Amino acid sequence: MNAILFSAVWGVVMMFCGAFVNKAATVRNAAVTGLVLLIILNIAELYGFRLMRVDTHGMLAFNSFTLVFNTVAFVSTLVYFFLSAKDMERVGVNLAEYFALIFFVLSGVAISSSFNSLMMLFLGIEIISIPLYILTGSDKKNLNSNEASLKYFLMGSFSTGIMLMGIALIYGATGTFSLERMTTVLSPGLNPLLIAGFLLLVISMSFKVSAAPFHFWTPDVYDGAPTVFTSFMATIVKVAAFAAFLRLFTGTNVEVPAQIKIIIALITAATLFIGNITAVFQQSVKRMLAYSSIAQAGFMCFALFGFNDFAKEGLLLYSAAYSLATIGVFAVLIKMKDFTFEGFNGLASYQPLLAATNTIFLLSLAGIPLTAGFMAKFYMLASAIKSGAYMWLIILAVLCAAVSVYYYFRVIQAMYFRESKEPQALSVSPAFKWGLIVIAAAVVFLGLFPQWLFAKLYF
Amino acid sequence: MPVNYYIFVAIALFCIGITGVLTRRNAIIIFMCIEIMLNAVNLLLVAFSKMHYASHLITPGAGGANGTDGQLFVFFIMVVAAAEVSVGLAIIVMLYRNTHSTDVNFLNRLKN
Repeated sequence: MNAILFSAVWGVVMMFCGAFVNKAATVRNAAVTGLVLLIILNIAELYGFRLMRVDTHGMLAFNSFTLVFNTVAFVSTLVYFFLSAKDMERVGVNLAEYFALIFFVLSGVAISSSFNSLMMLFLGIEIISIPLYILTGSDKKNLNSNEASLKYFLMGSFSTGIMLMGIALIYGATGTFSLERMTTVLSPGLNPLLIAGFLLLVISMSFKVSAAPFHFWTPDVYDGAPTVFTSFMATIVKVAAFAAFLRLFTGTNVEVPAQIKIIIALITAATLFIGNITAVFQQSVKRMLAYSSIAQAGFMCFALFGFNDFAKEGLLLYSAAYSLATIGVFAVLIKMKDFTFEGFNGLASYQPLLAATNTIFLLSLAGIPLTAGFMAKFYMLASAIKSGAYMWLIILAVLCAAVSVYYYFRVIQAMYFRESKEPQALSVSPAFKWGLIVIAAAVVFLGLFPQWLFAKLYF
Repeated sequence: MPVNYYIFVAIALFCIGITGVLTRRNAIIIFMCIEIMLNAVNLLLVAFSKMHYASHLITPGAGGANGTDGQLFVFFIMVVAAAEVSVGLAIIVMLYRNTHSTDVNFLNRLKN
């Protein structure tokens, strides 16, 4: 609850900052201060400290998974602020408003990871989406940004309509929006209204997490949006949608019907296949990362099969590993002038540190051992194996991970083994370099001691 | 009136909305079709709410719900739809300023 209240309030504070503060550095500091306070309050809630008692009538439920997940999302955002806040100024003049919108998104993240009623799922997803439509279109004069934001908006509200229909049908079948109460109503058997509703809900959530075959908006939107905001959309927002998706399945104690499970297995397979194969053919690193985010979404879908602790731990670890590595790669990408693979040629010769840390991030995304990405993929597959079904899916996932090595290593190869014609002049501050080093260290640390993240989950 | 009629009307409206979104090329008309979808859901929720209330009167405490939360949800949908309209129209206006058209066929620049 702390996180929801505080991030909403701080979003308003940032809007006032936009009206009364002119210096960009002050605005940036205010945002970072707010985020640090947010993280502290969120962790304090783990130890039982609450800002105020709010009776939510059972619509929201906070457990240790929710709080640890929120912490992961907020810390990723903090890292993102440290690395990319300076680059937001280049998008437009409304710096404070961008931060305000990001705080509103974080409020939505906290709601959608802790909902216990379908009403809150809807509100959480919408609070995440609406500020993102604005952020995507924030480069007002740029036609690509306009196009991306209109496409995102139309697709997003279309999928919201589908989600609402699903919720309405579930309500018709059960007479309640609450996930917990649904369990008692459902016990006699499943009716077609409920299955149809659940199917529509799964489809609309697949839209939101950009799982194939509902992924077609993702590359265009990620490509057209200002790169700083793509970084945010592709990481924190995506894992939040997954946390909501997982909660939808684990919140009820009802056994998920076999038909739905098969559909999710097919969605996972399609996502893995399409994401990885299409990423191979991309010429622009930004677009490649968009497809790679689809491919990684395929791996995150594995959390939806096993309803065991592995799935929850796996999703936490995957959120942290994927967010940190992708934020790092994007932070380097933002500094580049040329987003093609050739743009990375010879980066190692004139910016050895950027190249080295970028290599670690890409290795983590590809799932090479000793990095967090490997352990994350391991937990995901382990949870699917433990649930005992869909062996073909696991084999497909391993093969797709092998394919993904190709396009991630293409960047590494360009950085280390190609000559650049003229070195690009990159404006890189020492603080930025230290930030990259810290994230790279965190990625390796999580790869060595993943259980460190779960220590707070059970106590 | 049986609840079936409401369900049929709502599903029909919803399908009209989906067809409109998939076939129309004007951003504003697509947007109106999305609104039709949302309003179909509103209608359905109110109908279900009434239905659950009626069954609650016959067997009180059966499902533990008396059907009011469905109508409550409708207000949330209206509010969120209004927020979405304000953002969506702003995006369309922004697009119109740059291209002097609201045709979504223009949306193919990013495909290469």
